[in-house]
Amino acid sequence: MNGTADVTLVRARGLRKDYGSGEGLVRAVDDIDLDVQTGQTVAVMGPSGCGKSTLLHLLGGLDRPSGGEVELAGRRIDTLPERGLARLRREAVGFVFQAFHLMDELTAVENVELPALLAGRSPKAARRRAAELLEQVGLADRATFLPSALSGGQRQRVAIARALVSEPLVVLADEPTGNLDSAATMEVLRLFDRLHQAGQTLIIVTHDARIAATAGRLISMRDGAFVDETRLTGGSTGRLSALAGLDG
Amino acid sequence: MQQEVVLAMLAKEPSHGYQLRARLRQALGPLGDGMNDGQIYVTLTRLEKAGLVASQPAAGLPERPDRKMYELTPAGQQRVADWLSDVSWPRSDLAEFHLKLIAAASAGLADPLAIVDAQRRELLRRLRDVQRAALAEPDRSAAGLLLEGIVLRLQADLRWLEACERNWTRKDQS
Ligand SMILES: Nc1ncnc2c1ncn2[C@@H]1O[C@H](COP(=O)(O)OP(=O)(O)O)[C@@H](O)[C@H]1O
Ligand SMILES: [Mg+2]
Repeated sequence: MNGTADVTLVRARGLRKDYGSGEGLVRAVDDIDLDVQTGQTVAVMGPSGCGKSTLLHLLGGLDRPSGGEVELAGRRIDTLPERGLARLRREAVGFVFQAFHLMDELTAVENVELPALLAGRSPKAARRRAAELLEQVGLADRATFLPSALSGGQRQRVAIARALVSEPLVVLADEPTGNLDSAATMEVLRLFDRLHQAGQTLIIVTHDARIAATAGRLISMRDGAFVDETRLTGGSTGRLSALAGLDG
Repeated sequence: MQQEVVLAMLAKEPSHGYQLRARLRQALGPLGDGMNDGQIYVTLTRLEKAGLVASQPAAGLPERPDRKMYELTPAGQQRVADWLSDVSWPRSDLAEFHLKLIAAASAGLADPLAIVDAQRRELLRRLRDVQRAALAEPDRSAAGLLLEGIVLRLQADLRWLEACERNWTRKDQS
């Protein structure tokens, strides 16, 4: 760490992932370089099959690259032994998936505290932290509900709370609004925005332009490679009223 | 401000100019920030000349448009009814953009993909602005609903740009 404001948290160089071989070879991730600074929200956008999920899996240590390097907080992770990788996934990375991946037979608060318990926290501390997070995502009154009794947007917010329980360095989200309607998407966007304000580093792969537009940094991906990067900084585009057709 | 909108806002009950203004502000939220009050009174004056609105000065108050009481005439009520059942919808500019790409490519003036890209950035910036405004709105506000409509349209346009990109990428390669 070099003490400047721009600390690279996630770094990838020449990252590559191949599936199959010979004629059937698919280069799902093809020579990707990426630097994500602490506190940044980055959206990776691209058509289905372009390699977004594969990339996220490589960055979070869910899968190993065929070539290249991944560093998290200055540490190589692609070379970690299996146990080290499992520990990293538990402690340093929070995952959010399109299909929520909640345990059906556990209540909301039990789902949220589970990773903390697995990481060796005391049941009391884990429960306290889980309750706090449910409060933060606006679901304190649903803590004892089973996922089946929650709406899609509420399930995803539980999943986000769970991703945050171990205070991860980075949250990796794979199409987090892919199964949600417009109103529920808004709930999740609001939450991501708050996390961003609070300094959480977020990498979100999506084909939802709303997420991308909220992110500030947007990377376009095609056929396994990054093809374009847009920084949506700077002032607004002008009067909102013009966008509503109110002017003139 | 479109005449019919001002008329329709008066349909509920006769109102002072300032009440009418407040109703519009409430419905539009941040989208009404650029709204020019003078414009509303100009519109009201026109509507009155056209016999669609009648006004009375409020008793004992100075003669100012925001203090006047406005109400619909029968002709004004008819106009509102016609407007409510009118299904015309603002035209979109897709054909213009489509032709821009074709012209740029055939004359070799510019790379259509670069045009698509620049357009996407612009739409994403707009989407960001609208999203920000939408996130700042309380749940289920009238203005929030309007903002959602703008968001959905921008999303549809962005999707079409993706289709444009695919199409022009294929043409590049062939
Ligand atoms: N386990 C796998 N085995 C073989 N091919 C895979 C596997 N996972 C992904 N792929 C292929 O890799 C490419 C990228 O997939 P993916 O990362 O899931 O894309 P995205 O998330 O952008 O839709 C696709 O062509 C897909 O078929
Ligand atoms: Mg995917």
